[in-house]
Amino acid sequence: MALVLENVTKSFGKKKALNNINLSFEKGRIYGLLGPNGSGKSTMLKLMTGLTFPTIGTVTLNGHPVTRKSSEQVAYLTELDMFYDVFTVEETVNYMGSQFADFNIEKAKELLGELNLDSTQKVKSLSKGNRGRLKLVTTLSRDTDAILLDEPFSGLDPMVRDSIVNSLLKYIDFENQVLIIATHEITEIESLLDEAIAIHYGNVIGQESVETLREEQGLSVLQWFKQISREQGEG
Amino acid sequence: MGEDFQASKPIYMQIVDKITSEIVQGKRQTGDKLPSVREMAVQMGVNPNTVQRTYAELERLNIVETRRGQGTFVSDNKDLTEELGRNMQDEIIQSFIQKMEEIGVDRKQLVALLQQYLGEGQ
Repeated sequence: MALVLENVTKSFGKKKALNNINLSFEKGRIYGLLGPNGSGKSTMLKLMTGLTFPTIGTVTLNGHPVTRKSSEQVAYLTELDMFYDVFTVEETVNYMGSQFADFNIEKAKELLGELNLDSTQKVKSLSKGNRGRLKLVTTLSRDTDAILLDEPFSGLDPMVRDSIVNSLLKYIDFENQVLIIATHEITEIESLLDEAIAIHYGNVIGQESVETLREEQGLSVLQWFKQISREQGEG
Repeated sequence: MGEDFQASKPIYMQIVDKITSEIVQGKRQTGDKLPSVREMAVQMGVNPNTVQRTYAELERLNIVETRRGQGTFVSDNKDLTEELGRNMQDEIIQSFIQKMEEIGVDRKQLVALLQQYLGEGQ
């Protein structure tokens, strides 16, 4: 078991961002954390990478509690990026290589080629789509136990999305890595997922294997998600 | 990302159908090597575990065989294409008859309609 959340509650002041979450994530599988904006997806990812800590409960990675140091074992793509505008693409990759011991420069170079990024271009002059691609390159190039992606498709056009999905499938090391994607864009990643986890105002309201949903209920993840969200609204 | 999938059927079965249909159409010949699980996953834009299941199902149906260390191949069975073709024809005819019956066309009418349609087509 790679990542485990046990009885996790996270409060910000009086507001509960996450409410008694119990989830476990195994390597070799791809999970989708699905929910509208503000449902607690990002908070959950931050707990997994040690950027914030549970108010109640425990988060463990390979059996050890997640701490600030856990970011060494977890690659995390945030909605923001922290690139230096004056660096070129290549300098950015080299810089990341100098910051993370697990950064695989060879993989990064392959990915740059794969995603048609020009290494000599300055970060400042990258289009939004190419900046999104560069974020993915720097995340996927780390040989970590877990890869967490927070809204990787946000604001990117369909062509960029496809190339991102493609690179995910090509470069994830399924033997050793767990991939968790938080998004509200369900259709984009449906066929990638092993499991879908639905989050609604800080609660996990459902967890299903994507193929079981189709086999037993004849539902796509989006249909399932709409159905259980509606039930929440009524209940 | 290659494919669109229907909601009502597991993705791995939809890929089984696709590969089977490619064999019937002659796009894949007996003895041909299938792409590796990872390559197929990238081509289809699906999870490699899904392709794993597809290959396992195809193997169970004796449509492909896995050779240790070499990969997955379309079964070297001369009758395979013919057999799969017949199965596919059966399925299509069955669903056609069922749909016609649902809208109240009995089998006698159905034959007559079919003859008429095909006759007009010439």
